[in-house]
Amino acid sequence: MGDPILRTEGLTKRFGGLTAVDRVSLELYVGQVHAVIGPNGAGKSTLTNLLSGDLPPTSGSVWYRGRDLAGLKSDEISRLGVGRSYQKTNIFLPFTVFENCRLAAQSRTPHAWRIFRRAEGFADINRLAEEAMEAAGLAARRDRVAATLSHGEQRQLEIAMCLATRPRVLLLDEPLAGMGPHESLRIVELIGRLAADHAIMLIEHDMEAVFSVAGHLTVMVNGEVLESGEPEAVRASPAVQMAYLGGEELLDV
Amino acid sequence: MQQSTRALTLTLAAAALLLLAFPFAESKFYTQLLSKIMIMAIFAMSLDLLVGYTGLISLGHAAFFGLAGYAVALMTPQYEAPDLWTSLPAAVGLCAAFALVTGFLVLRTSGVYFIMVTLAFAQMLFFLFHDTKLGGGSDGIYIYIKPEIRLGETSLLNLDDARHFYYFVWIMMIAVYGFLRTVLRSTFGHALLGIKTNEHRMRALGFATFRYKLAAYVLSGALAGLAGYLAALQFGFVNPEILSWHQSGAVLMMVILGGMGTLFGPVIGAFAFVLLQEMFSNQAVLGAFAKHWQLLMGAAVILVALYLPGGLAGLLARPGRKKAIEADDG
Amino acid sequence: MDISFILIQLLNGLQYGLLLFLVASGLTLVFGIMGIINLAHGSFYMVGAYLAFSLSAMTGSLLLAVLLGVVLSVVLGIVLERLLFRHLYQRDHLYQVLLTYGLILVFEELRSIIWGDDVHGVAIPALLNFSLPLTDTLSYPVYRLAISGVCLALALGMYVLIQKTRLGMMIRAGASNREMVQSLGINIKLIYTLVFALGVALAAFAGMIAAPVSSVFPNMGAQVLIICFVVVVIGGIGSVRGALLAAILIGMADTFGKVLVPEFAGMTIYVLMALVLLWRPEGLFKRA
Repeated sequence: MGDPILRTEGLTKRFGGLTAVDRVSLELYVGQVHAVIGPNGAGKSTLTNLLSGDLPPTSGSVWYRGRDLAGLKSDEISRLGVGRSYQKTNIFLPFTVFENCRLAAQSRTPHAWRIFRRAEGFADINRLAEEAMEAAGLAARRDRVAATLSHGEQRQLEIAMCLATRPRVLLLDEPLAGMGPHESLRIVELIGRLAADHAIMLIEHDMEAVFSVAGHLTVMVNGEVLESGEPEAVRASPAVQMAYLGGEELLDV
Repeated sequence: MQQSTRALTLTLAAAALLLLAFPFAESKFYTQLLSKIMIMAIFAMSLDLLVGYTGLISLGHAAFFGLAGYAVALMTPQYEAPDLWTSLPAAVGLCAAFALVTGFLVLRTSGVYFIMVTLAFAQMLFFLFHDTKLGGGSDGIYIYIKPEIRLGETSLLNLDDARHFYYFVWIMMIAVYGFLRTVLRSTFGHALLGIKTNEHRMRALGFATFRYKLAAYVLSGALAGLAGYLAALQFGFVNPEILSWHQSGAVLMMVILGGMGTLFGPVIGAFAFVLLQEMFSNQAVLGAFAKHWQLLMGAAVILVALYLPGGLAGLLARPGRKKAIEADDG
Repeated sequence: MDISFILIQLLNGLQYGLLLFLVASGLTLVFGIMGIINLAHGSFYMVGAYLAFSLSAMTGSLLLAVLLGVVLSVVLGIVLERLLFRHLYQRDHLYQVLLTYGLILVFEELRSIIWGDDVHGVAIPALLNFSLPLTDTLSYPVYRLAISGVCLALALGMYVLIQKTRLGMMIRAGASNREMVQSLGINIKLIYTLVFALGVALAAFAGMIAAPVSSVFPNMGAQVLIICFVVVVIGGIGSVRGALLAAILIGMADTFGKVLVPEFAGMTIYVLMALVLLWRPEGLFKRA
C-alpha cells in the first residue's frame, strides 16, 4: 500500500482535566477508508478537529506526506489537501448549492484576488464546482438556496463543498447523521467511489455503512484507541465486543 | 436577472440621471446640500463593504474620513488651491496605509471587541489632532481655495463653482458604486460574503480569511478617505469633529437606515439621514425646538434599530426575493 | 520629580482608575452576562454627575444627593431594561450599537434641555474638604482619598456579591448557560433586570462622587465611555477582575501621560491598548 499519506503519533488533546484524545496513533492511506467508531464522547470529533487544524494538539504530532503539521492553521492544512466535513451541517445557508460549491472551489485557485472579474466567469472554478455537485449527487439541486434543501441534501452539500476543494484526504465526521436509508445508501456508495483516489477517515455510527466500505477500523473509547486493524479482526476482538459493540449485535451484521 | 432586480436597476439609473439634472434648478443651497449627501453616500458605501459584506462592525470609520481631510489640508499651502492630481491619491493612499497598519491590530479581534477597538483607534486619531498642534488643534485648518481640474491648458472643472463641484462628486459617487459592485461580484467579493456568513467554515475550506478581511478593511478605509477628501474640500475646513465618534455613529446609522448588504441601501440611507437631520434642525419646521434636533434624531435611530432592521432597502425588496449572492449586490 | 510628587500622581492615578472601574465593571457585567454592548453606559455616568449637581443644590448635602441619586438611577435602569434593552438580547451587536447610540443622542439632548450646556461645579462636602500635608509645600485632598476608599469598598463588595452569594452564583451561571439557569426555575429576566440596574447605578454613582473633582459638563459621558471600552478591551470582556486591573493601569497611564508627555496625553491609553492587542487580542483576563 505504500507510505501513509497522513499519520498521527501519540496525538493527545486535553481540555482542563479531561483528556479527550489520548495518545492516538493512526495512519491513512490513499485508496482506503479508515473508519473510526466509538461511543459518544470517545473523542472522535476532537480527533477530526486535531487533524484539520481546528484545534491544536496538547502533545503528539500529525504528519501529512512526510510534513509535520504542527503550528499550521486550518486554512493552511486545507490548502495542503486535507478536507473535512462537519458533524453539524456547516454550509452557507443563504447561498445556492452551486454558489456553495463554487466558493469552496475558488479557495484552490489563484484567481481569488482578481477583483474586477465576475466570480462566475472562471471556467476552471465552475468545472470544479459542477464536478463536486455531480459527484455528491446534487446536480439537480444546482440553483436551490441551501437553506431550502432537505437535511440529507444539506449533508450531501457538506461533502460536495469538501470535494470542490480537491482534497487528497477526506475527514468525514458522521456524514450519515440524520439521513434516511435511501440517502444513506447514496452517500455510502459515494464514499466507496471516492476511496479509489482519496484517503478517507470516516467517523460513523451506522455499523452497516462502516463495514460495507471500511478497509481499516479503529475503535476509540474514552479518547484512547481500544483496537485497530482489519474490520473483521476488530469485529472479532473480545475487548471490542465487551466494551463497545455489545456482543450479538455485531455478529449479526 | 429577475424582474424585481431589473426594475430596481432602472429606478436607480433614473434616480442617478435625475441627480445629474438637478443643479439646473439654480438653487445653490440645495446643490450644496446634495453634494454633501452624495459625499456621505460614498462614505456610507465604503462602510457597508465592512458591515454589510464582510460582517465587520466598525465604529471608527470616521478616522479615515477625517484623516484624508487633514491630509489635503496639511498638504496645501495656505491661500493656494490643493493640487488634485497629487493630493487626492496621497490622501487616499494615506488612509489605505493607516487602514493597513490599524487593520493588523483590529482584525486580531472580532465581534464586540472589534466594535470597541475600532472606536478606540479612531479616538486616538481624534486626540492626535485635537491635542497637538499638528492640525491646528481644536480649531482645525482652513482650505480657502478649491482645486481646478485641468487637462493641459484647458480647465475641465473648477471646483470652486458649486455646480462643478456637484458634478465632480456625482462622478465620484457613481464611480465608487460601479467599483464596489464589480468588486463584490468577483471571487474576492464572494469570499467576503462567505466570511460574513460563516468565517469558520471559510477557513476550513482553505481561505486565509485574515488576508481577505484586511484587504476589505484597506479598501474600505481608502474609499472613506475619498469621501473625507471631498468633504474637506466642500466645507473648506477640517477640525477634529470630522473624525469624532459621532461621525462614525452617523455613518453607521446611514448604512443601517438605508439597508446594509446592498450597495444602493447606504446611498438611500445617506439621503434619508441627512434630510432627516436637515428637517429636525430646521427652525421653520420645528421653531425653537430645532436647537434640540438630536433628540428627534436619537429617537429616530432607536426606532430604526427596533422596527426597521432591514433598513429602507428592506422595505423595497420584495418578500421572497431570492436571497443569494447574485441577487444581492444591486 | 521628587518622591512626594510621584506619590501624588500615583494617588491620582489610582483614584481615577478606581472611578473608571466602577463604570467599566457595569459595562463588562452587562456584556458578559447579557451579551449587550451598551454605548449609552457613559450617559449613566453623566446622569449621575448632573443628579449630584441638582440634588446637592436642593438638599444642601452631597451625601443625601448620592443616596437619592442611587435610588433614581436604579429606577432608571429598571425602566430602560424593561422598555428597551429587553428587546436587544437576541439581536445582533449591530442593532445594540445602533439603539444605544440613539440613546446617547437622547440623553445628551435631554441634558441640554434640563440643565443647559454650561459647566457646573459641585461643592466638596465640608467634612471632607481639607488636605493631608505630605511635605512642607505639598498636600493631598482628603476627598480624593475618600473616593478611592469608597471605590475599593465597592470593588470588594462586588467580589463578594459575585463569588459568594446565591445571587452571584445565579449571575455567573446566567453568563455561562441561560437554558440551564432557566430550567432550574431561576427567573433569568429578573436577574437581567437586576444586573442592568446594578450597572446603571454603579456608573451613575461614579459620576456623582466624581462630580466635585471633575465638575459637571456636556459630553462627559462619551468621554468616559470610550475610555471604559479601552479598559474592557484590555481587561477582557466579561471579567470584573480584569476590569479592575485594567482600570488602574489606564488610570496610571493617563495620569503619568499627562505629566510626562502632555501633548500626547490623550493618546497614551490607546497606545497601551494597541500593545495589549498585539500581545493578547482577547484581553488580559478572558473571562471571570
